[in-house]
Amino acid sequence: MGRRRRLLIKGVRPVARVVFDRVTKRFGRLRAIDDLSFTLREGTILGLLGPNGAGKSTLLKLVAGLHRPDGGHITIDGEPPSPKTKAKIAYLPEIDHLYGWMTVRQTLAYVSAFYNDWDHDRSQELVNFMGLDLGARVSRLSKGMRARLKIVLAMSRNAPVVLLDEPLSGIDPTSRSRVLRAIVSEFRGDRQTIVMSTHDVVESEALFDEVLFLKDGRIALAGEAERLREERGKSIQELFQEVFA
Amino acid sequence: MQLRLDQHSPIYQQIIDEFKRAIARGELVPGDRIPSQRELASMVQVNPNTVQRAYREMEQMGITETLRGQGTFIVNDEGLVASIRREMADRALVAFVGEMHALGYGCDEMAEMVRATYRRVIEAGPKDGKAPSSADQGGAPGGEGGF
Repeated sequence: MGRRRRLLIKGVRPVARVVFDRVTKRFGRLRAIDDLSFTLREGTILGLLGPNGAGKSTLLKLVAGLHRPDGGHITIDGEPPSPKTKAKIAYLPEIDHLYGWMTVRQTLAYVSAFYNDWDHDRSQELVNFMGLDLGARVSRLSKGMRARLKIVLAMSRNAPVVLLDEPLSGIDPTSRSRVLRAIVSEFRGDRQTIVMSTHDVVESEALFDEVLFLKDGRIALAGEAERLREERGKSIQELFQEVFA
Repeated sequence: MQLRLDQHSPIYQQIIDEFKRAIARGELVPGDRIPSQRELASMVQVNPNTVQRAYREMEQMGITETLRGQGTFIVNDEGLVASIRREMADRALVAFVGEMHALGYGCDEMAEMVRATYRRVIEAGPKDGKAPSSADQGGAPGGEGGF
């Protein structure tokens, strides 16, 4: 098994490493990201945690290449974000980016056409698991169903980096649970790194290998989730409340 | 298997404890196949890496073994059940004695109270649930035995 893994790495590296080196992003006077440095470990799920306005979405957009840093450097496998790195990244935006006039089937066909790494079988499985109706028009879907469709779009790709911006926000408990299960069951630790932002820590904390608490664009606390539980005898949720009280 | 994760302690540790408990109670017996890592992760919505760590440690502890292409099984070893059962009992005893000691009870008193409680709770049968003998409660103990 060790040998097989090494062979994989020799070819195209299946899992991307993302490095932030003293990154700053300003909007006018506001420093949305303020001199931030960290390395995203390959093959892990990182929980990007913080209240609204902490800089979570900005950080994800920087990785996705949708924002450029005003200071510092970001690299994805050694390269700055570019159209080339975009091919490695599946990004689920917080906003509703789907076309209302399309059906679920049309949406899948439309989005899948952009990507070489689209996995049709997995997409089909996920649609079934999510209970999505292929013939339904997106504009007629409930908020929860739309969130489910968004996660199908993100997890159907074999992308080395998956960025999920608030995938649980504002949706019903059943949909939240489905979304979490889809992430757990589709995550491939040997070739994927996931960053998920949320302020919904209670439900999602068991999902994370690592957590990064973001406060005013800076790291308030970061580390391995299990180690933090062990060292402090507290859940991530409790630490979250302490940090952001 | 159901997992009640409280998230105040490492989750991989709780997964191991849950398997031990199931073995000690006989809910899992030697030779039983347990869920694959992926199945369990999905079932309890826990990071697959965390489940992997729990499974790796259980294998190192000699609790489980993985047979290629067949899955993960509880090791066929009766001694294992006995030792896990003993370990769980010991943990319960230490917690109990500590708590009772803090309340000011001595050893003989504790032993007597354990006997009395056993008679009341276990021998009276699980149906009545609560203490039927605590006469000082007065009349009928509420609506418990309703019909």
